[in-house]
Amino acid sequence: MSDATLPGVTLTAPRRMGHAAFWLAAAAVGLAVILALRGIGSEYVYFVSTIVLQYVVLATAWNILGGYAGYVNFGAAAFFAAGAYATVAFGKAMGLGLLPCIGLAAVVGGALGFGTGVLTLRLRGAYFAIATLCLSVVLQTIVVNWSYVGGSRGAYVLRPRDVPWPFETYSGFLCAVLVVLAAASVAIARTIETSRLGLGLAALRDDEQAAEATGVPTLRLKLVATTVSGAMMAVAGAPLPFIGSYVEPGSAFGLSYAVNAIAMPLIGGTSSWAGPLIGAVLLSSLQQAATVTISSAANLLIVGVLLVVFVCAAPHGIIGLFRGRR
Amino acid sequence: MSDIVLRADGVGKRFGGFTALSGINLEVRAGERLGLIGPNGSGKSTFTNCLAGAFPSHDGGFTFKGEKLAGLKSHERARRGLARTFQLPRPFRGLSVIDNIRVPLAYAGREAATDEAAMACLESVELAGKASRMPKELTQVELRRLELARATALKPDLLIADEAMAGLSHTEVDQILALLFRLNERGTTIIMIEHVMRAVTEFSQRIAVLVAGKKVADGDPRAVLSMPEVEEAYLGR
Repeated sequence: MSDATLPGVTLTAPRRMGHAAFWLAAAAVGLAVILALRGIGSEYVYFVSTIVLQYVVLATAWNILGGYAGYVNFGAAAFFAAGAYATVAFGKAMGLGLLPCIGLAAVVGGALGFGTGVLTLRLRGAYFAIATLCLSVVLQTIVVNWSYVGGSRGAYVLRPRDVPWPFETYSGFLCAVLVVLAAASVAIARTIETSRLGLGLAALRDDEQAAEATGVPTLRLKLVATTVSGAMMAVAGAPLPFIGSYVEPGSAFGLSYAVNAIAMPLIGGTSSWAGPLIGAVLLSSLQQAATVTISSAANLLIVGVLLVVFVCAAPHGIIGLFRGRR
Repeated sequence: MSDIVLRADGVGKRFGGFTALSGINLEVRAGERLGLIGPNGSGKSTFTNCLAGAFPSHDGGFTFKGEKLAGLKSHERARRGLARTFQLPRPFRGLSVIDNIRVPLAYAGREAATDEAAMACLESVELAGKASRMPKELTQVELRRLELARATALKPDLLIADEAMAGLSHTEVDQILALLFRLNERGTTIIMIEHVMRAVTEFSQRIAVLVAGKKVADGDPRAVLSMPEVEEAYLGR
């Protein structure tokens, strides 16, 4: 008997929440988080949450190219720093506040992502990864020698005295902005994943030539992925100068951003929007806990150990563990 | 002639100093079943890759449904109705069987990318019962069927079946042959590239033979297979 004639065969495709419903759910969760954080009202909790949420945006953004399309970007720190320095440059040049600077950082990051894509997307595997790593080195060298944004000595960014209503402190406002950015980035990632674009990216990740042979315009899709991913990574970095009121090349282009951007999706699972979210919350919370209980130097050690454990024991991340049990 | 679906005019391809294809002229009529054979290294796959747009050809070019293919990328050729399968099955391993079919439906735009359309493609190759499985759960012959289903989802005018029967048993070869016959009956022109000579002779209305990158014969299957040049190419002097 052929498979086609098997009685009672039904597809087991899971019912998916629609795009609009997911965006609404993300907005509701975001609002709940903002209210919960406001209820706690601690400056330290605001600070820690801001860092964790920044990593949620960064990891989710990285995963759009690295996870969905399978192009490993070692230059996450370059995009993150591009966002941070876009805030410094536009803030200084035009006196803009955080929100417009985030928008402009997205434009800068998107343009940088598009340019990187045009130059490097004909490369594959390790060659693409090395090219993106070089981007980080080139960009850092430019910033170090650009005195307008502080050069190697860094730049100070003063927080505005007026705190937007209804927030009581600027830290609370900053944290709420990051909640919105994190919710939006997760919703964008999920929208891409479950759309025609996500299907095409998954196809080219598995086999680029076969994807082309089935009508997928692989180069165009990769350019879309690098642009969106670059824009979102820059958005993650845009609030950085306001978090510490100071930014310098060594920290903005820091190894921790490049490593975490890769490690968080890998630990959470790269095949789903939930993977980078879980990985970022888990790993950055652990790092913050280690910072206050052990030392800040333990951060990368934790990342390294967890990465080795997950690569060996759970190559598809936490999400993969759950899917494997079903 | 208006019923010519594909014309190759002096197609040549070199890899460095090695000439893989030289001056290949070939015409394929709409609805025809053409067998393209030749010993290993004769240029069959190179010809397929040049036609599908995976490699640029150095000399000559292809005309498909009256349109020159030069400069068109693989996905643009696929969207125009030129489909291929691969020698070794190359499913999208991270996608379920039905999602493998949704890719061409969503991107080639020759048919609405609905679940019904995807299931119809799977039913045509008797894989409907495995729609939600992953490719790693399929047998070799099922992977071959998935390749064919993915190609047919493009609603192709021309299908190049590149060694679709390699490594299959006698019964499995018959199953794939039946699928190809059904596809041809629905109007798809098929170029079969194959080493399984029983399948080629049973399927082909015409056979073209490549040897060392050159076409040495083209015509009625029985006549071609009895030509001394063809026998020599396969068996040696």
